[in-house]
Amino acid sequence: MDKMHLKLTVNGEQVETLAEPRELLIHVLRERLNITGPHIGCETSHCGACTVDMDGKSVKSCTIFAAQAAGADITTIEGLGNPDSLHVLQEMFKEHHGLQCGFCTPGMITRAHRLLQENSDPTEKEVRFGMAGNLCRCTGYQNIIKAILAAAAEMNAAKEAAQ
Amino acid sequence: MIPAAFEYHRPDTVEGAVKIISDLGDEARVVAGGHSLIPMMKLRLTGLSHLVDLQGIGGLKGISVNGDTITIGAMVTQHELITSKDLASAAPIMSEAALQIADPQVRYMGTIGGNVANGDPGNDMPGLMQCLNASYTLVGPAGERTVSAREFYEAAYFTEREDDEILTSISFAATSGGFAYEKQKRKIGDYATAAAAVLITKDGGKCSAASIALTNLADTPIYCEAAVAALVGSNLSADDVGAAVKAAVDASDPSEDNRGPVEFKKHAAGVVIRCAIERAIERA
Ligand SMILES: Cc1cc2nc3c(=O)[nH]c(=O)nc-3n(C[C@H](O)[C@H](O)[C@H](O)COP(=O)(O)OP(=O)(O)OC[C@H]3O[C@@H](n4cnc5c(N)ncnc54)[C@H](O)[C@@H]3O)c2cc1C
Ligand code: FES
Ligand code: FES
Repeated sequence: MDKMHLKLTVNGEQVETLAEPRELLIHVLRERLNITGPHIGCETSHCGACTVDMDGKSVKSCTIFAAQAAGADITTIEGLGNPDSLHVLQEMFKEHHGLQCGFCTPGMITRAHRLLQENSDPTEKEVRFGMAGNLCRCTGYQNIIKAILAAAAEMNAAKEAAQ
Repeated sequence: MIPAAFEYHRPDTVEGAVKIISDLGDEARVVAGGHSLIPMMKLRLTGLSHLVDLQGIGGLKGISVNGDTITIGAMVTQHELITSKDLASAAPIMSEAALQIADPQVRYMGTIGGNVANGDPGNDMPGLMQCLNASYTLVGPAGERTVSAREFYEAAYFTEREDDEILTSISFAATSGGFAYEKQKRKIGDYATAAAAVLITKDGGKCSAASIALTNLADTPIYCEAAVAALVGSNLSADDVGAAVKAAVDASDPSEDNRGPVEFKKHAAGVVIRCAIERAIERA
């Protein structure tokens, strides 16, 4: 099958690549664009390790064809922070032991980021419900929830201080 | 998990999409959110070679509440159903049910049109649409027609929709009175073991109108006429509710699968139907 010219915005940069329409967005990101933050856990739409932000929505990039994503604006964990300047969520995951092996973490943080964009002051229950599409085999979730609530508090305090 | 190759189309009008699927016949399928279709394609359970993406068709988006009539475009996502303020006041059962579908990521992508057109008995919206007595608008080469949700489902994955028709919108009357969508599932992201949609209106002490429909308790959703008859005109006493629960369970026809044997599913059905009726009465 012919490849198509795929234009995307990824982490604020315009990128172009050739891909078959049937390629999954996660494969295009990881294998064609070398963006390996989002992981492949189950590849069956269940674990959320492949979560990226697409046009303001948290999506499982293993369940989206490259062709469907043509023209989309995508943010991955690489676009949220980097080793020299961590995002607050990354800081809080570190501080509260929100990760062990780290495999689920890019998906967790990318999803948590969208959740806090939509609800900047969530209750614990809202965090649990909003994170229900992301599985973790290691932590038992408690520290992930703590980290997200702490990040929300930090972000709100920073906003208040700026006013 | 790589699906077979296909050619991709992104038309920007309903007419354009209908033309592609009618020209190409059963080699072509439309994709909405893709969260039922793509998993099937990964398993190579579909023989399609052309995928027609509906995301570029502006006319399939949007929720409108016009007086008493609610119209929802086929491409409205479950996330949009949950966050719509108009819908929250005109038909709050919609967000109650949509919140019980899958997980946040799936709800950002999954559409109401895909959910009702799919024909999977596990989908939650078809039963709800039967409860609301919704009608579906279908557009094909010969033009437009509407089909009642109560007559749309023939068997698992078989519906009234012809292969060359696109479901463009869904409409139903705004609800008043009590409502509930109750779902038993094994975990978040699972389809229902049993689920029930209930609407109840009271006038004085009596039930003046009611509607009950079931999800995943047969190979199609079930509108429970006998259970409705047991409630309408009654005082909604414990005996009346018991009679309605029994009638609805009798109307169910579940089959054994990895969610349990038939006896268990009928038991679960009895529990969710009772919870749904009681919650709807409390809210009426
Ligand atoms: C992990 C997971 C859990 C899930 N849990 C649930 C659940 O608990 N309850 C539930 O109800 N669903 C569940 N789903 C399914 C999800 O809600 C789907 O998104 C939905 O069923 C289909 O919507 P879609 O827009 O993704 O449709 P698609 O997958 O794009 O399409 C589904 C089918 O409908 C056809 N179709 C789509 N739109 C139209 C149209 N406008 N006209 C004609 N034909 C059309 C397609 O050709 C295809 O055959 C789950 C999915 C996943 C991945
Ligand atoms: S890899 Fe996409 S949901 Fe698991
Ligand atoms: S930290 Fe190992 S899977 Fe979550």
